[in-house]
Amino acid sequence: MSAAIETSGLGKRYGRTWALRDCSLAIPAGHVVGLVGPNGAGKTTLLSLAVGLATPTTGQVRVAGGRPAGSAAALDAVAFVAQEAALYRNLSVADMLRMGRSLNRRWDAERARGRLAELDIPPGRKVGALSGGQRSQVALTLALAKRPELLILDEPLAALDPVARHDFMSALMTAVSEDGVSVVFSSHVVAELERVCDYVVVVHGGRIQVSGEVEELVAGHHVLTGPSDQADAVAQRFPVVRDRRTFAQAHLLVRASDPDAAPPGWQRHAIGLEELVLAYIREPSASALPGPKPAPGEQVAC
Amino acid sequence: MDVDKDGSPSPIEFRLDPASGVPTYLQLVQQVEQALRLGYLRQGDQLPRVKDVVAGLAINPNTVLKAYRELEHRGLVAGRRGLGTFVEGTLDRVGLREQAALQKSMLAWMRTASEAGLDDAGMSALFTAALHELRQSREGRPDEEGGSGRAGVVA
Repeated sequence: MSAAIETSGLGKRYGRTWALRDCSLAIPAGHVVGLVGPNGAGKTTLLSLAVGLATPTTGQVRVAGGRPAGSAAALDAVAFVAQEAALYRNLSVADMLRMGRSLNRRWDAERARGRLAELDIPPGRKVGALSGGQRSQVALTLALAKRPELLILDEPLAALDPVARHDFMSALMTAVSEDGVSVVFSSHVVAELERVCDYVVVVHGGRIQVSGEVEELVAGHHVLTGPSDQADAVAQRFPVVRDRRTFAQAHLLVRASDPDAAPPGWQRHAIGLEELVLAYIREPSASALPGPKPAPGEQVAC
Repeated sequence: MDVDKDGSPSPIEFRLDPASGVPTYLQLVQQVEQALRLGYLRQGDQLPRVKDVVAGLAINPNTVLKAYRELEHRGLVAGRRGLGTFVEGTLDRVGLREQAALQKSMLAWMRTASEAGLDDAGMSALFTAALHELRQSREGRPDEEGGSGRAGVVA
């Protein structure tokens, strides 16, 4: 299967600070990918490298089926919506469309016009006079008019009110359904990912901490609840992501795909994506990556 | 967003409860089953079109497809290429008499539970846990340990 984004040993240093380090990823095409992590984790850096707006310090990144990021072939296949839907505020919506047409080799003008008409966004209006929700819809329209294979969005929801968020996500998911475009977007609103994403990448401190299909990640983690005096024995059997104990009771968030994993007397609970992602973000030393699993005790918070 | 703008062909419309903790695809499956039980959906009716669900709820299209595949797997619906997904099977609707009998036996259980010292919330929790167990055993994943532990509370 072709990859939407593929990186190996990717790193980016600004001055003395590594914004991203040792990043090796292979995100398959055909997913809606949520890139999450705290502020300053390296999300924007990773996206900028994938789009070709920044050049790597180490390693390499390929997009949309192996095209080197930033190459002409990649620019044809990848569309990018920057933070706060950065557009020229003094241009009219129609001018933005004209500009998009002259700057891109592939351009579906009819579709762009049709989308804007459907959204009741007047083409003569200056971008600066639009509401935040409308501006984000114009940015999405411009990006989709390229008919990209991969659409990358940096914090598309951050500046939007709840109604505009819903409308934006609705438009984005409709594009996924109609065009089959792969989507990668960053967000720190973890709660909103669950409905939308089927793949999640967690970045923390410039490193990739978790990467995988949501369904597999959720099925592969459980919270085990039982008596504290047995907790050490249980913790030795599974990689533990989060360990909460009182003198009597212990809640261990473990990585285990076997649903019958709970030892006698322990209860097993399923875990939602939001809780899972937050648990990893709070435990920077824990990680879940595809490929060879770390040996028990290694790279795992106990 | 007005989903009915271009005339949804389906008698039902989905809604999501983000606080339920039930996975999105399963919420869709359960709502179809419920609509079949309550008679909102009948043989030959069309399910909401995938694109309408995606636009209306702002969810991943794969989630809707997964729900419809699951319903197909359960023999309740069938996809017709290029047309949509249609109701094929029916869920047995339990007769009123049988329902009354079931309620009676449930009441007996609740009295026992109450005598054992369980309050409303406790009973409700037990019921939810038992239901969960039943579902798991239907899916072929018996959760015996949890089951015997909880049953012990009632006895």
